[in-house]
Amino acid sequence: MQDAIGPDQFFQRALAEGEILLPKCDDCGAYHFFPRVLCPHCHGSAISWMKARGKGRVHTTTVVRRKPERGGDYNVCVVELDEGVRMMSRVEGIAPGEVAIDMPVTAFVGEAEGAPAVLFKPSER
Amino acid sequence: MTIELRGKSAIVGTGHAGFGEAHGLTAYDVMAQSALAALGDAGLKLSDVDGLFCTMMEDSMPALMAAEYLGIQPRFIDGTMSGGSSFVNYLTSATMALDAGLCDVALIVYGSNQRTASGRLVTASRPPAYEAPYNPRYPISAYAMAAARHMHEYGTTREQLADVAVAARAWAQRNPEAFERGPLTREDVLGARMVGDPLTVRDCCLVTDGGGAIVMVRADRARDFPKAPVYVLGSAAESSHRQISQMKDFTVTAARDSGARAFAAAGVTPADIQAVELYDAFTINTILFLEDLGFCAKGEGGAFVEGGRIAPGGVLPVNTNGGGLSCVHPGMYGIFTVIEAARQIRGDAPGIQLKDVDLALAHGNGGVLSSQVTAILGSQNTL
Repeated sequence: MQDAIGPDQFFQRALAEGEILLPKCDDCGAYHFFPRVLCPHCHGSAISWMKARGKGRVHTTTVVRRKPERGGDYNVCVVELDEGVRMMSRVEGIAPGEVAIDMPVTAFVGEAEGAPAVLFKPSER
Repeated sequence: MTIELRGKSAIVGTGHAGFGEAHGLTAYDVMAQSALAALGDAGLKLSDVDGLFCTMMEDSMPALMAAEYLGIQPRFIDGTMSGGSSFVNYLTSATMALDAGLCDVALIVYGSNQRTASGRLVTASRPPAYEAPYNPRYPISAYAMAAARHMHEYGTTREQLADVAVAARAWAQRNPEAFERGPLTREDVLGARMVGDPLTVRDCCLVTDGGGAIVMVRADRARDFPKAPVYVLGSAAESSHRQISQMKDFTVTAARDSGARAFAAAGVTPADIQAVELYDAFTINTILFLEDLGFCAKGEGGAFVEGGRIAPGGVLPVNTNGGGLSCVHPGMYGIFTVIEAARQIRGDAPGIQLKDVDLALAHGNGGVLSSQVTAILGSQNTL
């Protein structure tokens, strides 16, 4: 089929439309990330797409130090979503050094390297 | 490796070349000089080599490139690329190939000119698609996030991380082959330029040129060479992920598994090991591997390394050549853990020679804490 698309393209196309979808295994019920053609937990191959709830916590974080003239310091972190999957991202809206482990964060679709990307902001209390 | 292979192979030659800056040389030049040095150490010639174990950072068919460059036609090659751990991993495949008669003289070899060529890590590896958009600085950001998590869970401090670098420098200061031999204090490490919180540039390995090589034969002819043989008593690998975001527990590496199986094959315990050579690409590595290999309990690595306890004269000799932090780190450091462990056992270590070493451990790390390979080496007395 000429219009067939794989898991990566499916995820990226949804992201381009502002939607964060997560793959979930029909057999064991576990989520996984990154998208792929099988479940890395039970190795089943029936995968459904679920809209992410968008809530998570910073699992670990670092500040990439960069000279101001090159754009300055920025955050890189790994977020664990409530669905149980982890992804690399960054937290925006606060200084990169203020991002802390276990901080509750909310996902949004922003832009990274000129393409749509999952980013996070600190959750409202 | 299973216990059936314990002591079936031996290292009979080690060599290195281009430590620090190898001006005017390509990575393959440094590789070839290292091969010649190790073969010379073993009293062998390149034409004797019929098993080649090699990977390089530059391209995707490095074992073929190396064989062609060396002018040899090996009947067995292994170019498995698991990052810097590859060269410790080759101890297993070389032992298997030698034992099965697939080759008679195994050459493990590596070379790099990354410092003089570019001044930073050279790699043909592509950034992972789901991480690259966030611009992590590879590989520092990954190790920084592991360190941050270890500090969060166990209260490990930046001072304890710094003490790993200070201990490595103290060993290096006594090693004329080491690249960085100037004084280094805890305050120097803490006050150095921050590159990826919580790691400063002194928490990070060197960027040097350099190559290393190891010659192995079957144990039954290992005593026919000029240098005392160093036997491979156990070696084991475990790989857990490729991308740091996929690491299940940022404070526990697969070294827990590779170490347990290597110790079981060798029939020894951490308490028996007299020299510990760990892949210290970053200061957090040493702490993680001391814990995961069983030299201390999980979470106690920070206290274990504090205040010179792994420095010369401390409780455990760790990275006796100065490690990747102060001796040499040409992109992939793994082969140098094996070379230093072997030289400590042979009694011809270039720096501080420990007394009567019969058992040493070499531990390789690859990727971003992704691939862990542990080897236990022993003298004739341990067979």
